Amino acid sequence: MSINKLISRRGFLKGLGGATAFGTTVSGMELLGGPSKALAGELKIKYGTEKMTICPYCGVGCGILVYAEDNKVIYVEGDPDNPINEGALCSKGASIGDFTHIMEKGKRVENKLRLKKVLYRAPKSTEWEEKDWQWALKEIARRIKDTRDATFEQKNAQGVTVNRTFAMANFGSAALENEENYLFHKFVRGLGLVSIDHHARL
Amino acid sequence: MTNHWIDYKNSDVFLIIGANPAENHPLAMKWIHRAKEQRGAKVIVVDPRYSRTCASADMVAHIRPGTDIAFINGIIKYALDHGSYHHDYVINYTNASYLVREDFIFNDGEFSGLQEKDGKEVYDKGTWKYQLDEEGKPIKDITLTNSRCVFQLLKKHVERYDIETVCQVTGCDRQTYETVARTYTSTGIAGRAGNVIYAMGITQHSVGTQNVRILAMLQLILGNMGIAGGGVNAQRGECNVQGSTDMAMLYHIIPGYLAVPKDFAHPNLADYIQKETPPGGYWVNKPKFFVSLLKAFYGENATPQNNFGYDYFPKCDANDHSHQSIIKDTHEGTINGMMIWGQNPVVGGPNTSYTVEALKKLDWMVAIDLFETETGAFWKAPDVNPEEVDTEVFMLPAASVYEKEGSVTNSGRWIQWRYKAIEPIGECKSDLWIVDRIFNEVRDLYKSQGGAYPDPILKMNWDYGGSFEKKPDVKKIALEVNGYDVASGQGITSFGVLKDDGSTACGNWIYAGYFADPENPACKKRELDDPGDLGVFLNYSYAWPLNRRILYNRCSADINGKPWNNEKPIFSYSGGKWTNLDVPDFNATIEPEVSGSSPFIMTVEGVGRLFSDSPLDGPFPEHYEPVESPVKNAFSKREFMPVANIWKHDHSKLVEKGDPNYPIIASTMRVTEHYQSGVMTRNLPSLVELMPEMYAEISRELAAEYRIEPGEMILISSPRGQIKVRAMVTSRNKPLYIRGNVHHLVCMPWHWGFKGLSTGASANTLVPNVGDANSSIPESKAFMCNIRKI
Repeated sequence: MSINKLISRRGFLKGLGGATAFGTTVSGMELLGGPSKALAGELKIKYGTEKMTICPYCGVGCGILVYAEDNKVIYVEGDPDNPINEGALCSKGASIGDFTHIMEKGKRVENKLRLKKVLYRAPKSTEWEEKDWQWALKEIARRIKDTRDATFEQKNAQGVTVNRTFAMANFGSAALENEENYLFHKFVRGLGLVSIDHHARL
Repeated sequence: MTNHWIDYKNSDVFLIIGANPAENHPLAMKWIHRAKEQRGAKVIVVDPRYSRTCASADMVAHIRPGTDIAFINGIIKYALDHGSYHHDYVINYTNASYLVREDFIFNDGEFSGLQEKDGKEVYDKGTWKYQLDEEGKPIKDITLTNSRCVFQLLKKHVERYDIETVCQVTGCDRQTYETVARTYTSTGIAGRAGNVIYAMGITQHSVGTQNVRILAMLQLILGNMGIAGGGVNAQRGECNVQGSTDMAMLYHIIPGYLAVPKDFAHPNLADYIQKETPPGGYWVNKPKFFVSLLKAFYGENATPQNNFGYDYFPKCDANDHSHQSIIKDTHEGTINGMMIWGQNPVVGGPNTSYTVEALKKLDWMVAIDLFETETGAFWKAPDVNPEEVDTEVFMLPAASVYEKEGSVTNSGRWIQWRYKAIEPIGECKSDLWIVDRIFNEVRDLYKSQGGAYPDPILKMNWDYGGSFEKKPDVKKIALEVNGYDVASGQGITSFGVLKDDGSTACGNWIYAGYFADPENPACKKRELDDPGDLGVFLNYSYAWPLNRRILYNRCSADINGKPWNNEKPIFSYSGGKWTNLDVPDFNATIEPEVSGSSPFIMTVEGVGRLFSDSPLDGPFPEHYEPVESPVKNAFSKREFMPVANIWKHDHSKLVEKGDPNYPIIASTMRVTEHYQSGVMTRNLPSLVELMPEMYAEISRELAAEYRIEPGEMILISSPRGQIKVRAMVTSRNKPLYIRGNVHHLVCMPWHWGFKGLSTGASANTLVPNVGDANSSIPESKAFMCNIRKI
C-alpha cells in the first residue's frame, strides 16, 4: 500500500484530540478501567517540541522526529511521513537521543562522555586542560598562519603560480552537512591546501 | 546510486555483492522485502560469509574476498554465450558496436601501453581508443561481428572465465553459480529489472574501481541501467558521504566533480578550460560550471580581467595526496599541522600503528568531534609515552545532528533538510560556526600582520553574517551552493542557465535547484504524491541533478520512445509528446531517436562504455589476486594489479605469496549496532549494551585446527601489527576450497579503539598500505594474517 493511502500517525492522533488521546481512546487501557487507566498517564511528549532531522548514521537518510523539552531530548522516533523509512528506524537511529541525554534509572541525564568544553593538550603533557573558545580560536589561527607562512609556495620550480602549502592536511567530513562541507572546501582552498581527504575511502 | 532506495521495490532480481544491507543499511531491507512480497523478486547475495542479509536471500554464493571480477566476468560470459543479454539496448545504448584500434592488445594479464615510470608501472592509454573515420567519429559495426568491435573484444576477454575456472578461483560451488548466473541474466529482457547493490566489499580492493566498473558493464549488457528497479546502486556508508563527496572534500576534485587544477597541466585558466573540456557530452559545459564556481569562491574579486581569480586557487601537483599519502607525508615530516572534522583516522584508516606514529610527528592538530576520539587522544594510545610526544592538540566540542540545521544527501542523491531540535549543549558549537570563526581569525591575522601571500584568503568571498555570538547564515551559504544570478542575487533553478562570463555564481553546479528560493527551498518539500506508484516522490526533498530520481532514464524506453516495461513505464512517447513520471535525464523536446542516440549524456560518445579508456588500470576488468593473497592467479602471469598503489615504507611490510607465517585470509566488516570508527556508537550506553565487545569471526573448522574455544581471546597478527580479540566461532564463516586447497577466513568488525564506553582492539591495525590505482582506496577487504591461542 503506498504511503499516501495511509493516514499519518500525527493525523491519527490529531483526530483523537492530540496528546490526551492515550487516556481517552478506545484501547486496551479503557478496558482495564480503574487504577490501570489512571496509571496510563500522559504521553511523555505532551509538552515537547517536535522537530524533524535526518539520521546521522548510514546513507539511507531516514527521517527522525526529535522531541525536546527544556533543551533536553526526551524522545525520538522515525518520521512516518518520510517515504524512505515510513517511520521505521534501526537500532542506531533509535539511539540518537543518547548523544545528549541517556536513560539512567528511569530518568534522562546528560551523557557525561560527550565533549562539552574545549580541551587542549600541551606538548609532552599527559592530560587535557579545559580552555575557552576565544583562546582556542586565536591559538589555532596563529598556528595555521605560522605553518602557512613558513611553507607557502607562490610559484613552483617551473615558475607556475601554485599558491599552495603541502604542510597542512584536512580530514573530514562525511558526518557533516552540505553547507558545512562547502565552507570546508572554501576554507582549505583559501589556505592553499592540497592534502585533503575524508571518509569516502574508508 | 543511479537509482534510489524506494526504487528497490520495482526490482525483479537483486544481486547484492560486497554489501550487507540488513546489517549496514537496515531500512534498505524494507524495500527489498517489498519487492519480494509484491513482485516475487528474487534475492541473490554474494558474500564470503553468511551475513545478516543472506537470511533474506533466495540464493547465497560464498566467494573468496577479492574474486568479484572473476565472479562477474563469468556471468557476463554466461550472458553472451546464452544470448541472454538485451540486444536492442546493447546495440543502441552502449559502445558495443564501436571498433577499437588494431594496436590495442591484451596479453597474459597486461594491456598494451604498460610501461615503467619513476620506478612504478603505469599504463599509457594511447592504444585504448576507437578507430575513427575521416571526420574523427568512431567507426561502428552494428552487426557486432567485426573482430575489433567492443562486443567481440569483450567476448574474447571473458572467454577464460568459464564456470569451472571461476568456481575454482572464487570457491563458489558450481550448482549455486549456475543458478545465480541463470537467475540474474534472466533480467536481460525488456520488462525485467535487475538491481545491482554494492558497498565497501566491492570498493575496498586494489581492483576496487574495476570491481565497480564490471557491475556497470553487467547492467549495461542486461539493459538494467536507467530503468525502474535497475541501476548500479552504491549503498554509501555515512549520512552525508554523498554530500561531502559532491562538495569534493578529496584532494583530486573540486565541488561538482570538476578536476582540481594542477600545476603541470593547468598553469592558466585557458589551459584548464582547454584540457578539461571534452569534445562531446554534457561536460562540454564545464567552463560554465568552473567559472561560476570561481565566482562563488572569489565574488567581486573574480573578474574576466583576472581570470576569475584562477591564480588564487591552489594548484595540485602530480602526486597522490589521499589518506594513505597524507599519513605517510605526516610520518616523513612534510605535514606539520592537521585539522580533523568529525573523523577518526587512527581507527578508521588502514595501518593503525603507523597512523599513530605519524601523528606523533605533527606540530599541532585540531580535532573537532562529539566525543574524545582515538585520533584526538592519540598521545594517550596504548604503547605511546606522552612525554615523548610534542604535538599540541586542540579538541573542540561539536554540536550533534539535531543541535544545528542544514542539508544532507543520501545515497539516492536526495537532499534532505535537517531542523534544529535543541540548542547545542554545554559549550558545543556547530562545525559551521567553528570553520567560520577559524577562517575569520586567520583572515584578521593576515589583515593586521601580513604574511605569506595573503590574497587567496583576503580575496575569498566569505561573508555569511557569522560572529563569535552568531552562527553564519546557513541559508546564505545554501543559496551560494545552489547558484545565483550575480546581478539580481536570484537563485537559479537549473545549471542550464550557468554562464562562463562571470554573470552567474554557483558553488556546486549539480546542486542547482535545491535551494533557489531560500524561504521555500525545494529540498524542504514534503509532499507525498507518487503517481504511478513508482516510488519517485518528485515533490519530497530534491535530488541532484535537477531532481532526477532515476539516472539515465532515457534508457527506460527503446529508440522510438516505447517503454521496455509497460507495467512501470517511467516515460512513454506518443503523438509527439513525452509522458513522464520522473524528470527526464534527456532532452524531452526533441525526437526520441535523437535523444536515444546519446542516453548517457555525460560521456563523450553519449553511450555506455563496455570498453572504457577512463580508468588508469585497464579498459576491461580483469581478475588479479589481491596484493596479499595465498592463491596463484589462474587467469594470467601477473599476480596482482600491475598499477596498484603501494605505499612503500617500513611500517607496511607485505605478506609474500605462500608465506606460512600469515596463511589466513582476513577481511573487515561492520555490525548494525556500531558505526564506522565507533565514536558515535561506542559512547552510547544503549548501543554498547546491544553489541558490547570487539570480536573476530572464525569458522568451526579453523577453530578446530587451532584448538580455539568459542569466546576465547586470541591474537591476530599481520606484519603491520597484532590485536587481541575474542573469537566468535560460527558456521556463518566457512572454509573456502580454492584451486585444490583449503583456505580459511577471519572477518572482523573495525569499529573498536581504545577510547569510549566500550573499548577494544582496532582491526585496521592489521591492514597494509596498498590501494586502488584510481581511487587509492585501501584493500581492507582482502589481506593476510595469522591467528593463535594466547
